[in-house]
Amino acid sequence: MVETTLIDWSRAQFALTACYHWVFVPLTLGLAVIMAVMETIYVVRKDEFWKKASQFWMKIFGINFAVGIATGLILEFEFGTNWSNYSWFVGDIFGAPLAIEGIIAFFMEATFVAVMFFGWDKVSRKFHLASTWLTGIGATISAFWILVANGWMQHPVGMEFNPDTVRNEMVDFWAVVTNPVAVTKFFHSVLSGWMTGAIVVIGISCWYLLRKRETRFALASIRVAAAVGIIGTFAVMFTGDRSGVHVARYQPMKLAAAEGLMDGGRRAPFSIVPGIEIPGMLSILATHDIDGYVPGINDLLDGYTDPDGNEHLSAEAKMYKGETALRAFRVYRKIKDKAPKAAAEVKKVLDGNMEYFGYGYIKDRNELVPNIWLVYWPFRIMVGLGGFLLLFMVTVLFFERRGKIADMKWLQRVALLSIPLVYLAGQAGWVVAEVGRQPWAIQDLLPVNAAISSLSAGAVKTTFFIFVAVFTLFLAIELNIMFKAIRKGPGVDEGQ
Amino acid sequence: MFTYEFLQNYWWFIVALLGGLLVFLLFVQGANAMILLMGADEREKQLMVNSTGRKWEFTFTTLVTFGGAFFASFPLFYSTSFGGAYWVWVLILVTFVLQAVSYEFQNRTGNIIGRTAFRVFLALNGFLAPLLIGTAVGTFFTGSDFTVNKAAAGDSLMPVISSWGNGWHGLEAVANLWNVSFGLMVVGLAVCLGLMYMINNIDDEALVQKMRRRLVVSGVVFLVFFLNTAAGLLTMDGFAVAEDGTVYMERYKYLHNFLQMPAVLAVFLAGTVLVLWGLAGTVACRNFRRGIWPAGAGTVLVVMAVLMVAGYNGTAYYPSTADLQSSLTIANSCSSEFTLRTMAYVSFVIPFVLAYIVFAWRAMDRRPLTSEELENTEHKY
Repeated sequence: MVETTLIDWSRAQFALTACYHWVFVPLTLGLAVIMAVMETIYVVRKDEFWKKASQFWMKIFGINFAVGIATGLILEFEFGTNWSNYSWFVGDIFGAPLAIEGIIAFFMEATFVAVMFFGWDKVSRKFHLASTWLTGIGATISAFWILVANGWMQHPVGMEFNPDTVRNEMVDFWAVVTNPVAVTKFFHSVLSGWMTGAIVVIGISCWYLLRKRETRFALASIRVAAAVGIIGTFAVMFTGDRSGVHVARYQPMKLAAAEGLMDGGRRAPFSIVPGIEIPGMLSILATHDIDGYVPGINDLLDGYTDPDGNEHLSAEAKMYKGETALRAFRVYRKIKDKAPKAAAEVKKVLDGNMEYFGYGYIKDRNELVPNIWLVYWPFRIMVGLGGFLLLFMVTVLFFERRGKIADMKWLQRVALLSIPLVYLAGQAGWVVAEVGRQPWAIQDLLPVNAAISSLSAGAVKTTFFIFVAVFTLFLAIELNIMFKAIRKGPGVDEGQ
Repeated sequence: MFTYEFLQNYWWFIVALLGGLLVFLLFVQGANAMILLMGADEREKQLMVNSTGRKWEFTFTTLVTFGGAFFASFPLFYSTSFGGAYWVWVLILVTFVLQAVSYEFQNRTGNIIGRTAFRVFLALNGFLAPLLIGTAVGTFFTGSDFTVNKAAAGDSLMPVISSWGNGWHGLEAVANLWNVSFGLMVVGLAVCLGLMYMINNIDDEALVQKMRRRLVVSGVVFLVFFLNTAAGLLTMDGFAVAEDGTVYMERYKYLHNFLQMPAVLAVFLAGTVLVLWGLAGTVACRNFRRGIWPAGAGTVLVVMAVLMVAGYNGTAYYPSTADLQSSLTIANSCSSEFTLRTMAYVSFVIPFVLAYIVFAWRAMDRRPLTSEELENTEHKY
């Protein structure tokens, strides 16, 4: 039997790597756009100030970039090292986006990031500018393919189970690529990166304003970052709304857990915090209709009939069908060579219950409910901070347009405070997305206990702590280097 | 035209090509293995670090793409080897992670653990990564202790398909001296390539002459392990696959593969000649700086030939010593026909990718690196 501790340590290791990776990636995505815009202004106006400004943000980009690559490497290979069954069971679909990411995106990033850092005196101005944009475009394409893979884990489409090879096989690549969950997730994640980049740039610039130094540089950086940030923030809000509808449709248990909604119905309320609710708001968010029906956790476990008359099975019924599918699969494997006709009949049983195959690995209906606390609170943190950051961006843009920001100390302090908050919001968002999907590695198809590698819990525990030590050390070093570089400043203002 | 069998072979070719490019790009690691041994002063060390510091992302990216391509085209290898030979792969990854940050951080104010620590990380990665990758590839010929049972997926309590037979999880590969010889050969080759790359890329006569002298030693070490490994490969028993998919042991299997696939033998021999040309030319001729190019091209060809011998001509490329019939072959471990075909269309962009890499590389390396350039550069390591 698969050890529970092995599953927990494997999940912890993957979560650790993913969380660290998402500390570095959003800043890469956001800064890439901001420094490319600045360099474009330099090439158009031929003003050395903008070159120096973009070079300063490139320095911050470079310090951050390397650790993002390092954690990304571990993340990719952990699918094999810690989730080997997963790698075989869905590798036929899941491997393709990762390979395409490598071939198309990573090489673009690797080639042009070197030109961007070292090519100022080696290539023409326009070639250098193109390289800076291509570095950012490469990072964005990379994000697209990995989010296609992640979107597929949330809402698997375009595949069929093949009992002969014992895996799911891709039958529709286009369906995988245009999976609505993946497309929404891509824009939501990448544009949240723009938001992160913008808030970091605004925060650091405001620190200079508070110190009354680098004023021209700070104001120019705020101008560019605010424009990028406002686009990012509104787009994150819009895609967040789309995401809510998708979760309600494809992962209703995640939504119910995120709301702590035990019993659903029409005009479902949105919980601000326990005890304070907005009536009907959840129905609006989930279905765009105040009378929309939203099932609760008990409905999903006990089974329910929706207002359209569609019956939804109880957890026990799904588990029974899952066991039937697994049994049919075992019989099919035994007789397929000896008695092909009988095997064909058994395969019909398997096909008829295949939708619930993953439920065959579930032993207790309560396993189907994710950790409510760990989904409910991060959801509030993400939405709450998202709202605050939207307000903040609008305020910054408003006062920046009026040329007043240099004198507004309170806003400069809020800007500084917003830096950790934007990271907190991003991390919370991924906790909601990934913890909310539990116990599934792939929604309704493969639970984590069937996705695991055959390792000892001790081995994974050891590597977990190795990664904790390495990543934490790198984060500490990165922050220290970054703080020192910021303190030194770009030195581009006149008289400095 | 694109039959399933063709696509399987095509993808093994792509994996072999990526493997060849990866070993060539290990010149970054080979050069790093020399930083602490060769740089007489800080100026020389900086030249060495900055020379490969502008290329390390290519090695890193090729490693990631190699992994991604293996995942997409041969997922059973991905799940069996990575999940089974756990410690070997984790060690390889950790050394690459240490390398990834070491370039950027080593010369920055506030790097906490000091410049030397990051250079030790680079040197560690420089030696261990080729050694471990080489040793792991050695098991493609000597086998590993694993079993694959796809029917296990039907067991709701223990549904894991691939299992490793011992608690060493891949580290036991070092118990086979031929695997170690394979690993040391790759270390030797990486060091030679690293030295030849720097000889071509750095404009500093004293340092370059020192590298030429070092190349004699590392060239001899490489050749000793190369001959030992090649002799072992040509005389060992191999894991053959019958028409019905049954795996059995065949005497001199890999020698037979070379003889039965003359094109692969020609690629292997051409690659070997190119590597020797690069090495001998750089050692013998004081004005010959471009040895990295014939040696690099030769490396790609030799590695491709070796991987083709491992997988083509009815051979199990990832054999199991625990259960012969669990061995992985191109046919039993690959993705579906639909996925291989889709990925084949994607692979058509590879020439375009290679073209822009060559274009950018040439633009950046038009002039060799000098100390003066480093003094006047904002972004340096």
